[in-house]
Amino acid sequence: MGLRIDTSANAEICRHAEAGYPHEVVGILAGSAAEGRVSRVMALHNERADSPANRYQVSGLAVMRGESSLEAAGLDILGYYHSHPDHPSTYSDYDRDHALPNRSYVIVSVVSARVATTQSWRLREDRSAMDEEPLVLEAPCP
Amino acid sequence: MPVIQIPSALRSFTDNQARVDVEAVTAGEALSALAVAYPSLRKHLYSDDGQLRSFVNVYKNDEDIRFLGRDATPLAAGDTLIIVPSIAGGLT
Repeated sequence: MGLRIDTSANAEICRHAEAGYPHEVVGILAGSAAEGRVSRVMALHNERADSPANRYQVSGLAVMRGESSLEAAGLDILGYYHSHPDHPSTYSDYDRDHALPNRSYVIVSVVSARVATTQSWRLREDRSAMDEEPLVLEAPCP
Repeated sequence: MPVIQIPSALRSFTDNQARVDVEAVTAGEALSALAVAYPSLRKHLYSDDGQLRSFVNVYKNDEDIRFLGRDATPLAAGDTLIIVPSIAGGLT
């Protein structure tokens, strides 16, 4: 079906990714699963203090708390975004190895503190690869 | 009978059930029983070497089984095991 990210949600992803550069940032994508539309994002704290330039991690409890509050607001959880500082917006084997099924993984390439490209990926059921899904950004980064 | 609470990302593999009853007396048995009942779920819970994937966290009621007895964590009727995925990744 693909994914559509509203103007304000994409602006928040861009702001987060650029402010966090040269470290990876991460957050939750929420909105309408039926429409494949992201209307709200929630920034999370990257807990990988040992290697924040090429890794992100958020504990299960922190993710659950964030998702619960978004669901309580009537939103569906569509997936997660994270940034790749000075690296393409393609997924890595490490991304695939840690991915959940049935979620969109939006990756933002940030080059010299500016968002360059954004792509969205979904894990295959056999975990062998991630497939790019059609992505529509209602507006580019401000 | 213990119950396993399934995270929303994995419910497509459990016929969209959020809670699954299992016959088990330990956490390891419960997770194995879940993977037997829903074989397509197995590869998302366990790596090829049979270990729980690093992002799969399991709580007995509100305690992480890593701080209890891991797979040997005892379960009683009425206990709930909660699967709580962490998220992780990175560019290399």
